[in-house]
Formats: sequence, C-alpha cells, structure tokens
Amino acid sequence: MSWNVFLLTEFFRMARKIGRFALVSAFLALCACTTPDQPVETFDPYEAENREVHAFNRAVDATALRPAATGYGTLVPVPVRMGVANFSSNLGMPSMVVNDLLQGNPGDALHNGFRFVLNTTLGFGGLFDVATTGGFEERTSDFGETLAVWGAPEGAYVEVPFLGPRTERAFAGDVVDLVLNPVNYVFGLEYGGVIVGARAATALDSRFALGETLDEILYESADSYALLRSLYLQNRRFELSEGGVAGGEPAFDPYEDLYGDIFEE
Amino acid sequence: MATYSRNETGRRAALGLLLGAAVLPFAGTRAHALDVAEARSLIDRVVFEIKRIINSGKSEQAMYRDFEGIFDRYADVPTIARSALGPPARTASRAQLAAFGDAFGAYLARKYGAQFREFIGGEIEVRDARQLKNFFEVRSTVDLRGQSPFSVSFMVSDRSGANKFFDIVIEGVSLLKTERVEIGSMLERRGGDIDRLIRDLRSA
Repeated sequence: MSWNVFLLTEFFRMARKIGRFALVSAFLALCACTTPDQPVETFDPYEAENREVHAFNRAVDATALRPAATGYGTLVPVPVRMGVANFSSNLGMPSMVVNDLLQGNPGDALHNGFRFVLNTTLGFGGLFDVATTGGFEERTSDFGETLAVWGAPEGAYVEVPFLGPRTERAFAGDVVDLVLNPVNYVFGLEYGGVIVGARAATALDSRFALGETLDEILYESADSYALLRSLYLQNRRFELSEGGVAGGEPAFDPYEDLYGDIFEE
Repeated sequence: MATYSRNETGRRAALGLLLGAAVLPFAGTRAHALDVAEARSLIDRVVFEIKRIINSGKSEQAMYRDFEGIFDRYADVPTIARSALGPPARTASRAQLAAFGDAFGAYLARKYGAQFREFIGGEIEVRDARQLKNFFEVRSTVDLRGQSPFSVSFMVSDRSGANKFFDIVIEGVSLLKTERVEIGSMLERRGGDIDRLIRDLRSA
C-alpha cells in the first residue's frame, strides 16, 4: 500500500484545468457558497449526496477512464503524449493571465503571458514547454483563487460528477473560468473539437501517470471518499496559501492536541 | 489532561535547563530548547541521508529498507501513531497502544519509505526554517524529473525528549492528518476493534 502523494498533486493540478472545459450545470455557479457557523476543518453538509456522487465517479473511473487511460498510455508514445499535454496546458495560460490580473497580480500576469507567447511561438503552438526549460515555470491560478482573493468563503465540500473533489468556491470558479477563457472565444468555434480533444487526452494521460496511486486511494483505502476529501482540501488550501490567500490550513501540533479533539464535530 | 502534560514538560525543560547550565562549563554539552538552527540542521541531516541513499547505487529493495531507517532514527513515531489513532487512543489499554505503535511504525515506514523512492534521480534542497507556535517548520524543495518542483515541509519538535520530526507535509498534504483519516476509517470499518486494526495493519 503506497499511493504516491507527489503524483497526486500533479493530478489535482491537471484536474483543475480539465474542470474548466467540462460540461457543468451553470446554476451551481450562481448559488452562494454555504458557510459553516464556525470554522471547521472539514465542512461537508452534503456528505450523503457527495458519497453517492463518489460511488458514481468511482464507477466511471473503473469502467471508462481507467481502461481508456491505460490504452492511451500504452499505445501512444511519450513524446506525443507530452506534446499534447503541453499544448493543452498552454491553452490554459490566457485564462491564468486574466485571473492574475483580476487578483491584482500584474507580476504573475506578465510571467504567464510571457510563457504563453514563448510556448506558442518557439514552442510550436505550445507543443513544447520551452518557457519552463528557460526558467519560467508555470504559476497556476484560477477563478476559484480569484474568488478567494476577493474574500469569498470556501463553502462546502462537494464531489462533482466526472470532475471529482471541489470546494463550492473552487467549483464556481471552474464554471466562471469556462466563460472567461479568452481561448474559447478566439479559437472555440473553429477549433473547439481540437481543444476539447487535447483536454480529454491530457486527462487520460494524467490518469495513466497516476496509475497505482489513484488505484490505491480509490480502491484499496478504508474509505476512499474520506481520504480523497482530506487530500483534496489540504492540497487546495495549500495552493491558495502559496498564492498569498490568507487563512490556509493550520499546521497540526500533536503535542498540544494529541487526540485532535478540535476536529471532532 | 493536555494542560497537565504541558506543565510537566515545562517543568522538565526548566530542570533540564538548570542541569545543562551546571554541566555546560565542564562537559560542553548543550541542553537548551530547540531553535530554528537546530531544527534545520536535523532536517539537513535527514536530507543528506536521503541523498546518500539515492546515490548509493544499491538495489531498490535495499534503498527501500534504508529509507525505512530514516523514520526509526529521525521521526517521533509514537506521537505520530497516537495522533493517527485519535480519540480512541484515550480509551485504549497500555498494551494496545504499544502494539498499535509498533504495527503503525512499520506500516508508516513501508508506506512513506516508498515515497522517498520518487526522489531517485531528483534533487532535494532545504530552503528555509521558521518557528510555528511550539514547533519548527523546515521547508525543502524537491525537484523531480519531468514535474514541477514540490514543496516538502518537515515539522520538528523536541517535546518527545529528543529532536525529531513529527510530520511531513507534501504540497500541503500532511502525513499526520492523512493518516488520521485513513486509520480512523480503518478502525470504523472494523467496528472500533483496535486489536483487529493492529492485526490488519501488520499486513497492510
């Protein structure tokens, strides 16, 4: 039993990007985020419904995503898969620039904008990530983060069909990103199929890379729902705190609070 | 209960400080509270060992065992174990706690020792250290081939009586919190039967 946390974080990054292009019910984006009466580690008022969605997502993975990912990963050579992943990641850059600006972070906007220009030109339309090679690493941002910067509460934990774990805020962000993304307006009509195809292939690629790690979490842990929820929330809060959003996940001191009573509801 | 043990620790620390001050001029030993520099140097050693293992050229199985050894030497496994068990630890017998601690320690080393395997061919550097309330966070960056760099934090404390790390936090994902969830679920699935949990943990 050894799922791999390193790969998992890559998966979350990928999942966030994929989320923006998936079909989502827009009304959820408009609903206000639910807030708990007092701050809690895990706010999951929809647990019963979420667990049903989790069972559904698990079945989708077992019957469709996982087999398709295995096929894609074994049949398509690495350089091709990498090119596709880079291409699809590059398409996410303009959206990140927009969010960087909305967050009042012109530095990152410039950084990500430069990445986009570099990879689109020298990287042959984004097939090669020359920017990262040249020292301009990806600095992710999304509208969920923008909402956090603006002071919106995290909301409840939700597991979304096909997309997996989200906070309400992050999910609302995904929906807005779908609408905000400049790429969709410039190329969406003409090349919509290519864009969606690249995203789908990238999703398969990341599922393939995760391999055993996600298998262990989904199929071999004692309670895959609770484990995934914990992993997602911890990682998401960390990402936001790295992005400068206050109120991240507090570190746990087992010497002060050996039995962790504060987390008991 | 927590308050009591805190006072105990405080008293012991004060006593140690006095003793240390008395011994210092003669033996040159140090007996003061952990500070940022010491926390960092502990993790420097851990990172050094990880690198040494990665570059040892041993078989993967041998490296795996060496990684397990890092937990034995540098981690406060009993505290991690009790924290993972959560509130049920309070009602467990002394013998149960000891048996759980052993089983959990081996499980932890197997599970997270395997994580270090990912470092093979990569780079790990200690970035900085800072105090967080009563303990220290030593942050490192792990650069693996073909992936964006990761943040790996080690939480260090001397409250077990020795300088040890009690948590590893990878991109915000805490070993302590995650194992609390996993062990909690395992216990729940076994109807709260700690003995069964211990048995199954040994083979997990």
